[in-house]
Amino acid sequence: MNFTIPDLYPASAEIFVLIMACVVLLVDLVAGKSRRWMAYFLTQLTLIGAFAITLFTMDGRTVLTFANGFIDDTFSDILKLVLYFSVAVVLIYGRSYMAERRLENGEFYLLVLFATLGMMVLISASHFLTLYLGLELMSLSLYAMVAINRDSAVCTEAAMKYFVLGALASGLLLYGISMIYGATGTLELPGVRQALYFNSANSKVLVFGLVFVVAGLAFKLGVVPFHMWIPDVYQGAPTAVTLFIGSAPKLAAFAMAIRLLVMGLFELAEQWQTMLMLLAVLSIALGNLAAIAQSNLKRMLAYSAISHMGFMLLGVLSGVVAGDPRYAVPAYSSAMFYAVSYVLMSLGAFGMILLLSRAGFEAENLEDFKGLNKRSPWFAFVMMILMFSMAGIPFFVGFFAKFAVLQAVVAAGHIWLAVFAVVLSLVGAFYYLRVVKLMYFDPPADTTPIRAPFDMRLLLSANGLAVALLGAMPQAILDYCAYAFIGGR
Amino acid sequence: MDFKTFVFYFLSAILLFAAVRVITARNPVHAVLYLVLSFFTAGGLWLLLHAEFLAIMLVLVYIGAVMVLFLFVVMMLDINLERLRQGFWSNLWVGLPVAVLMVAEMALVLTGRYFGAEALPTPPPQPADYSNTKELGRIIYTDYVYPFELASVILLVAIIAAVALTLRRRKDTKYTDPSKQIAVKRNERVRMVSMPAEKE
Amino acid sequence: MDAILQPFEQFFGPAWPAVWTLVKIVLILAPLMLAVAYLTYAERKVIAYMHVRLGPNRVGPLGLLQPIADGIKLMLKEVIIPSGANKALFIFAPILSMAPALAVWAAIPFADGWVLANIDAGLLYVLAIGSMGVYGIIIAGWASNSKYAFLGSMRSAAQMVSYEIAMGFGLLSVIMVSQSLNLSDIVRQQGTGWFADKGLGFLSWNWLPLLPMMLVYFISGVAETQRAPFDVVEGESEIVAGHMIEYSGMTFALFFLAEYANMILISTLASIMFLGGWLSPVGFLPDGFFWLALKIAFFLFVYLWIRATFPRYRYDQIMRLGWKVFVPLTLVWVLVVGVWMMSPWNIWK
Repeated sequence: MNFTIPDLYPASAEIFVLIMACVVLLVDLVAGKSRRWMAYFLTQLTLIGAFAITLFTMDGRTVLTFANGFIDDTFSDILKLVLYFSVAVVLIYGRSYMAERRLENGEFYLLVLFATLGMMVLISASHFLTLYLGLELMSLSLYAMVAINRDSAVCTEAAMKYFVLGALASGLLLYGISMIYGATGTLELPGVRQALYFNSANSKVLVFGLVFVVAGLAFKLGVVPFHMWIPDVYQGAPTAVTLFIGSAPKLAAFAMAIRLLVMGLFELAEQWQTMLMLLAVLSIALGNLAAIAQSNLKRMLAYSAISHMGFMLLGVLSGVVAGDPRYAVPAYSSAMFYAVSYVLMSLGAFGMILLLSRAGFEAENLEDFKGLNKRSPWFAFVMMILMFSMAGIPFFVGFFAKFAVLQAVVAAGHIWLAVFAVVLSLVGAFYYLRVVKLMYFDPPADTTPIRAPFDMRLLLSANGLAVALLGAMPQAILDYCAYAFIGGR
Repeated sequence: MDFKTFVFYFLSAILLFAAVRVITARNPVHAVLYLVLSFFTAGGLWLLLHAEFLAIMLVLVYIGAVMVLFLFVVMMLDINLERLRQGFWSNLWVGLPVAVLMVAEMALVLTGRYFGAEALPTPPPQPADYSNTKELGRIIYTDYVYPFELASVILLVAIIAAVALTLRRRKDTKYTDPSKQIAVKRNERVRMVSMPAEKE
Repeated sequence: MDAILQPFEQFFGPAWPAVWTLVKIVLILAPLMLAVAYLTYAERKVIAYMHVRLGPNRVGPLGLLQPIADGIKLMLKEVIIPSGANKALFIFAPILSMAPALAVWAAIPFADGWVLANIDAGLLYVLAIGSMGVYGIIIAGWASNSKYAFLGSMRSAAQMVSYEIAMGFGLLSVIMVSQSLNLSDIVRQQGTGWFADKGLGFLSWNWLPLLPMMLVYFISGVAETQRAPFDVVEGESEIVAGHMIEYSGMTFALFFLAEYANMILISTLASIMFLGGWLSPVGFLPDGFFWLALKIAFFLFVYLWIRATFPRYRYDQIMRLGWKVFVPLTLVWVLVVGVWMMSPWNIWK
């Protein structure tokens, strides 16, 4: 038996997060109810520490470790940095909300940490097994977080729906993976790609497996026709949890798509691009149209998430044109740009709902935003920036994200697809602008002064400004995303 | 047909029967018991494939522990079957064609020669002292140590989630603390009173 | 031996292996059933003497025919099936509790080479089949359509699952030191070591270095077989007889037989895992089945002794002992043994 200790250095951030999660578990047990802040600060410390570790171990090399189960490349490093950042923001926004509803217990922070760990594993997976385990670690933590307000029937129902559909999706994914394993004889993603490259026959079984893999992926991304859980879960979960679900897991799902489809099944691009095209078209159409009919802001943002994910898929599906992978890097980096900027906007939008909520009151209906300008001109302005950016109005970051993706689509030759996407995002602009109209032109329905912790106000303002200012330098971000793919893939 | 093939078909027949009964049984407890039967026969099939360790683990973990708890819960539920059956026929019109279509597609794909037994080489026979438990242990703790650890983290999360979602400390519950019970000293329970003897 | 079997082998021809296996099964089960019968007698006698009573003394000399009389009585009594019961499962439950209790014996070595099926993962087989016995009890409780029976089966399900964990971890340390899952190998490994070379074999057995695990294993075994003081499942004074309340005649007898067969099994396993099985305690006496029988008898006596001595545990105390004491203890001990084996003081090389 020859066994060497695997190279732990590339996975040091994961190991750190795992150890710290166990520390938080023990500390919270000992500290008890009166010293809950310890769990909070330790969690934030963990995220900062992981950020530092990932930053300092980032060297542009691609390293495989743990018997090729773990990959450390630029793509994973950059995504992880954004991930830590967004989770930290979620915690700052969500803390007072959870505390006011007596939901701020140690388990909440633990589940956040474990979900983060799951996403990190998912982002760094180079093996079907680790990919699946990372996905499950993330999903299991999320299911529990949705149900964390266990006395609320809506909450429990949302968690049940999420759990049952999520389990179904995992089943589909596993079934597809087993087919691909049967056809290629390996579970390692680079190995799968190699096997496909050298052996292009037997594509029948492969496409069969691919259908299931894409279906499982679509469930996790929440794109039509696998989107049914999104509105209910977004609406039913406590808003702080919705904020979490709506931000970081989107990055993880994007990473999963890239790992599975690009890293593993790249040779089947022709097939999966067609499937993704169908998913994207349906999502953009349904997401934008259904959002118009919503009076609940959380539900509206859920449908907007569906359409945004569809938009992101547009980038993923325009990488290969007629077997020519020339446009791959710009296309995938545009999708990554889209994912990152969507996370930023979604953080801000849900952060606004949290800002207006207070003990015993959920500011989740559109009416609650009426006349926000009168109550707080500054935050009305921040919300306006966020809504403009989500709608894709120039010159905010959302516009450039849409622009980059559309550029990739056009480069891939799908002109009609680009036209379709633009038309529907114009339709979608209606419901974003409706929020702006309510804030500025309607009298306030509720005149309670806005109270929120200082750190949250500061961060939310910074978030809004970032959405505005990052729009000034889209090329730099795009280059950075491209660097992720050139350095890594 | 040699003995081994006979055993294979015998077990497969039971497995299929049990699996079908799992979804058609009217009584949920019966369904769970059929599921146990199908696990057991599946374990038998694995034994035929020389996967003793996995077969025994299937019986030990799934039948011995997981299904016991499952049965425990199902027995306590009062499931109203009539209400569950409502809408079955109206949904069947949509569900059945989809299911038939999927089965047909799967059959088309999978009956091809690609997944036939001929496509897979027969593994070489192992020597008599070959222990697949040892081999599995070796590979789990070396090559697959990372997935193995991840699986353990997932189980930890499951524990945390279960505790977070179900643990309630009710104020009106009466319970005794055994460590306090044990720590009781004689002096705390018995009071010695010295009394002068009474005379009639 | 071969010379004696030769004519039979010729007579049966190709069916011989099957016939020979059946003969061996009978050779194991017949003495086992006899042992079960006389264990009930021993129980009544031992407990009686501990209570300063006489115990059964009417049927035959010293009451020695009592178990036979009991057996005949149970066989002749009517089997009553309650009207609200689920008939098929009601009949099936005792069989399901009896079958695993017998099937387990296939992998038990009685002496060097005396084993029906020398399975590589014999210990796991024993644990796996043994864990199926609980279904008989659960199904009996459910199928009887009676509240007491149902309560009993609920209690047993929770109890069996809880103690199986402690039991499994307790055995894990034995597996670690003997590096094998084969029961014969585990015994043979106990015959080696510094003391065994000096002729003091009993000091080389696992009981000495793994003493806490032996205690945990045996106590968990008592809980697994639902004997006093862990007999809340039957709890004569609270839920009358738990899952067996609606059973009568032969169906009841099957539960009874299974329970006693399981007691013997736990004692046998404890002897094999911790007391060196068929090995002789000292070098100058030969090994053999006799020693195993003696060790089994010792553990069975402890069973009865405990029953005569301790009051019944409360239900929450049982759960506490299993989950909060035994499981952590065994987990730590597995770690301790692991470190011990990696250290220079490893005695199991």
